[in-house]
Amino acid sequence: MSPKTPSKLEKILRAGHLAVTSECGPPRGSDASHIVHKAELIKQHVDAINITDNQTSVCRLCSLAACIRLKLMGLEPVLQMVVRDRNRVALQSDILGAASFDIHNLLCLSGDHQRFGDSAQGQNVFDLDSMQLLQTVRRMRDEGKFLGGDAIQRPPAMFVGAAANPFADPFEIRVPRLAKKVAAGAEFIQTQCIYNLDKFEQWMEMVRDRGLHEKIFILAGVTPLKSAGMARYMKSKVPGMDVPDDVVKRMAGTPKDKQAEEGITICVETIQRLKAVKGVAGFHVMAIEWEERVPEIVERAGLYPRPMLQ
Amino acid sequence: MIVADRKPIEEIIEQVKDLRSVLVLGCNECVTVCEAGGKKEVGVLASALRMYFLQQGREVNVGERTLERQCDTEYLEEIRDSIDHYEAVVSLACGVGIQFTAERYPSKAVFPGVNTCFMGAALERGVWAERCQGCGSCILATTGAVCPVARCAKRLFNGPCGGSTAGKCEISKDVDCAWQLIVDRLKALGRLEDFETLCPIKDWSTDRAGGPRKVIREDLRS
Repeated sequence: MSPKTPSKLEKILRAGHLAVTSECGPPRGSDASHIVHKAELIKQHVDAINITDNQTSVCRLCSLAACIRLKLMGLEPVLQMVVRDRNRVALQSDILGAASFDIHNLLCLSGDHQRFGDSAQGQNVFDLDSMQLLQTVRRMRDEGKFLGGDAIQRPPAMFVGAAANPFADPFEIRVPRLAKKVAAGAEFIQTQCIYNLDKFEQWMEMVRDRGLHEKIFILAGVTPLKSAGMARYMKSKVPGMDVPDDVVKRMAGTPKDKQAEEGITICVETIQRLKAVKGVAGFHVMAIEWEERVPEIVERAGLYPRPMLQ
Repeated sequence: MIVADRKPIEEIIEQVKDLRSVLVLGCNECVTVCEAGGKKEVGVLASALRMYFLQQGREVNVGERTLERQCDTEYLEEIRDSIDHYEAVVSLACGVGIQFTAERYPSKAVFPGVNTCFMGAALERGVWAERCQGCGSCILATTGAVCPVARCAKRLFNGPCGGSTAGKCEISKDVDCAWQLIVDRLKALGRLEDFETLCPIKDWSTDRAGGPRKVIREDLRS
């Protein structure tokens, strides 16, 4: 199918390449050099860079401004947008603002509950949910209309994505929920960090059974572990995260000064194994405050050089 | 019912400490059932206030009264003759009763004696849980009679989010995941296929978002 938007990420996926995306968290201040520096570290090794939107509900420089910084560098941003903090007026307005800078990728998310962050006493919005945001942006793009029905001059041309967590409960509705996201208009998926490969492969099998892999591009999410402590933290403290015991043991059984290397190796092995899984269309490398290691992961996983498009 | 919880006594004392007389006014409805503002709690609070004023060496007239309802003008009229004996009222009714009492007696200060919490039910003695937020447009028919507005921390209409773990919400292991409950219910009803129907974007104009609300029943108006 020919691309529907000017998105480079979409073109790469539709051309059948395994795509590589990564993400950067904006700073807790207004110094843009922070985001520029992170992007410089990874720009040769990824096709697009997600900018997180006040992840874990900790207040940061806004995703849209950071995405504009990437555009000014000639890079391809994926604007992450959570429905926690904005109502339908603000969501549509920010989508248009992003479109005015030719930001061509949007990831629609619910957002972590505010109790995890630095504003636990704040209100949340949740006027729409993430699926309804997908529907909203598709309507804006495809029909050129606001939710209210009025026409949009120069509608946004965005490749529209969503998240999926194959490891959250109840497991039985995880694939049906993906089907709902497809029905709502999602065109690509970036998954939760994968450590339990068996369970992910089981999920992918169920995805293929329903033919969903032919309707949506699934980018498998990976996060290199820095230490055994991080593995244990991810296992016990992060909601919806599935870190099997053998991964924790492997990290804990490695001398402390070698644990970071081991984490990178596990990440590379994960990508290598999942490259063979039918329906995996690429990888989303989330190296949390560890962007400098992304090039190495991408190279060792055999995903470098990145395809050049006309 | 409307579930309320008792305010800390220190907060109530701060409101009434300079008064010469005060009426503690209970309500026989929801707040009696949830043991925050019925006759019993009126007695307890009035005694505590008398003790406080005694310790302060002050003579303060602390009255007690519990009405059938404070959200009904008919019952609020029952204190018309006696209210002038008091400088102010501490109402132990829900926020509705507190305001309705004040509306009825414009020259009296009325202070809240409870924190009004939510519409809910008793899970067991001493434990109440929220079930409804009064959004004005009920969708329980599609969610197996489990409300995602009141019970999902993100009020997702197409949940569960990625934070649902072992039936619990990402915000706390003490909070059930509403969407786990919805899925369980749909399964029990043999309607799990309904899960895949996308819930449309909500019209929040019937909710608090639309401004203060009224229900007007022309068929009942005289």
